[in-house]
Amino acid sequence: MVNSLKKLTQSQLAMPLFALFLVVIFNLFRDVGFFSISVITNNYGNTVLSGNIISILNGASELAILAIAMTLVTSVTKGQDISVGALAAIAGSIFVKVLRANEITMPVILMSLLAAVVVAILFALFTGTLVSKFNIQPMIASLILFTAGRPIAYWINGGATPNVESPLLNYIGSFIPGIPIPTPILIIIVFGILVTLALRFTNLGLYIQSVGINERAARLNGINPVFMKLLVFMILGVCVTIAGSINVCRIGLINHETILLDIEMDAILAVAIGGNALSGGKFKLAGSVIGAYIIQALTITLYAMQVSSTAVKAYKAIVIIALVVIGSPVIQEWALKLRDRLFKKPKKNNGEKLIWHY
Amino acid sequence: MALLKRIKDIFTLKQEDKPREPISSTALLLTITISAFVVMYVLAMIIWGGGFLNIQQFLDIFNNNAYLIVISCGLTVVMIAAGIDISVGGTVALITMSCVVFLDSRGGSIAGSMILALGIGLAIGIIQGFLVSYLNIQPFIVTLAGMFFTRGMTTIVSSAPHTATNEAFLALKNFSIIVPGIGSYGKSGNFIPARIEPGVLIALVIVLAVWAILKWTRFGRNLYAVGGNSESALMLGINVKRTRFFSYILCGLFSGIAGYVYLLHTGAGNASNASQAEMQAIASSIIGGTLLTGGVGSVIGTLFGVMSLKTINNIVIASGLREPYWQSITTGLMLCFFILLQSVILALRKKSGVRNGENWRKHKIWNFLTSQRNSE
Repeated sequence: MVNSLKKLTQSQLAMPLFALFLVVIFNLFRDVGFFSISVITNNYGNTVLSGNIISILNGASELAILAIAMTLVTSVTKGQDISVGALAAIAGSIFVKVLRANEITMPVILMSLLAAVVVAILFALFTGTLVSKFNIQPMIASLILFTAGRPIAYWINGGATPNVESPLLNYIGSFIPGIPIPTPILIIIVFGILVTLALRFTNLGLYIQSVGINERAARLNGINPVFMKLLVFMILGVCVTIAGSINVCRIGLINHETILLDIEMDAILAVAIGGNALSGGKFKLAGSVIGAYIIQALTITLYAMQVSSTAVKAYKAIVIIALVVIGSPVIQEWALKLRDRLFKKPKKNNGEKLIWHY
Repeated sequence: MALLKRIKDIFTLKQEDKPREPISSTALLLTITISAFVVMYVLAMIIWGGGFLNIQQFLDIFNNNAYLIVISCGLTVVMIAAGIDISVGGTVALITMSCVVFLDSRGGSIAGSMILALGIGLAIGIIQGFLVSYLNIQPFIVTLAGMFFTRGMTTIVSSAPHTATNEAFLALKNFSIIVPGIGSYGKSGNFIPARIEPGVLIALVIVLAVWAILKWTRFGRNLYAVGGNSESALMLGINVKRTRFFSYILCGLFSGIAGYVYLLHTGAGNASNASQAEMQAIASSIIGGTLLTGGVGSVIGTLFGVMSLKTINNIVIASGLREPYWQSITTGLMLCFFILLQSVILALRKKSGVRNGENWRKHKIWNFLTSQRNSE
């Protein structure tokens, strides 16, 4: 028992789980009704689940997918891609453009998803090439698409904010009749299982980490770092498309300026809260996904506390700073020293230490 | 003069007797930036003429972007020390809003608002610097939280846009300096003297000050050392943490000044003030030859970076692409160009240090251009 507890506190997931625990405890004390889940009938006549927890799980779907992609990019390139929001806007625009050109049926939706994936992968590969071939820092390389991405999305759609309407899209964006759980949650679960299987049964995760930890050593061991980086950026393209399409289906239109705005920042934050080093190397996807849900839980909690949507950012910032300060090695070391001083016998060479200080 | 001599050397193919000291990366990137800007502006003058020949339009680049120059200076300092600060735009917005609200309140005064602006900037710089340097938290996360905080606080201070009505402040805002001797002729043939705003002078003074700090002070040299390789800097006895801390304080102070300069230009507080300014400032620094990996950069280059960024926007408008999205796309293209250029140049430089038979031609040209005459 003690051993397993020790294992847990030393694992990478300790920090994000503790943060999630704090958010939950805070809400328990604030208002127990926050956790209530009710069954209601929505506008389309479906019996669906409703409640804050459901909206947290539902609302964090895009963020969770992007956090997975961001974790892989962070791990392999030792930097972050800040263009995911803009890429999602591009992918969403292609999705909408193909949908609007045809009558919306299931094959057409799949076709437009395919088109969006291809375009998103191409754009992601542009950043990927700059990063892998030209050794440019990912943040700078993605600054190009961060600046130009949303305008390109605007240009693809010819200016307006086109909307798409179809019950099929509603199935993807909100509920499939007969299933009370929002579809984005189901998509996340399926996607998560796929990624977990891919990492468990292939060497993908190992290769990515080895490139991130030491590129030269990885190359000497026969792993092609350039290919691994490009592969990760291709995965990023896929993730971005899924996130963008879910968002389009959810709202029913695409606005290049507001779709998934600032999500790159949230995704990087999710990676950091999840206990992954932003300087690359080892990663834990579960941590990042939990980080994404923490961020969304925080946002929904603040909304429930009647904080206006524009002011949420300020409170979020304070919580983030508090979390990273608690998690910082300096503070942890200091806390351990404090604990030793309070609960253990004073060391015998205390005097020597004093002399050392002077 | 040194530059002229260099150019003369290149054209006369003069071989020197003794090997010259290789040009530093900073100076090389700076030269590229300045020449790119000059070429771009001269081409614009030849092709589109009109507005580009107008001295006032040139000065308006400064008038409209004095605040951007100031925050870019701060970012350059931080980036040379291998840090990053993406909270500067939010800080500018927070300062404009707080100062406007303070100026319009009872007892609001210009001196008070200036102190408020500097105080907010310094406070944010100190907090971020402390978290980054002494608690070892990743700068991106700290300043990201800083950006969220300042943007959020701006709307908490006042959610509606707010225009200053304080008379003393309005007098100061409308004050502009007539540049003696230069100007343009209006349509009716009357002479319109060129005007610059006081904010531009502040910005230029700050550019010079940062240039002097980077060039002549111990702190400036420490910045390059810490950014280049923090471990060897530590072994050389440089106080790495304090250097980083001071770089963030300087950046915070500059965003305070930039906030006031912005207010002097627009006279209004708005939650969307200086939106994307942090990214523009980072882009300007990169175009100006500062590397995000640290250790390389110059503030003069940053100044030219801002000017290049804004000139290209003017060129896009002049060439008839009036939709606003074209500006962002061209900014992206320009960034791409400069980033690739820097990457290729630095990679070649690295390679040219190593003897490598297969690329001899490239090396010869390269050595010739950079005067890196190896003992051949």
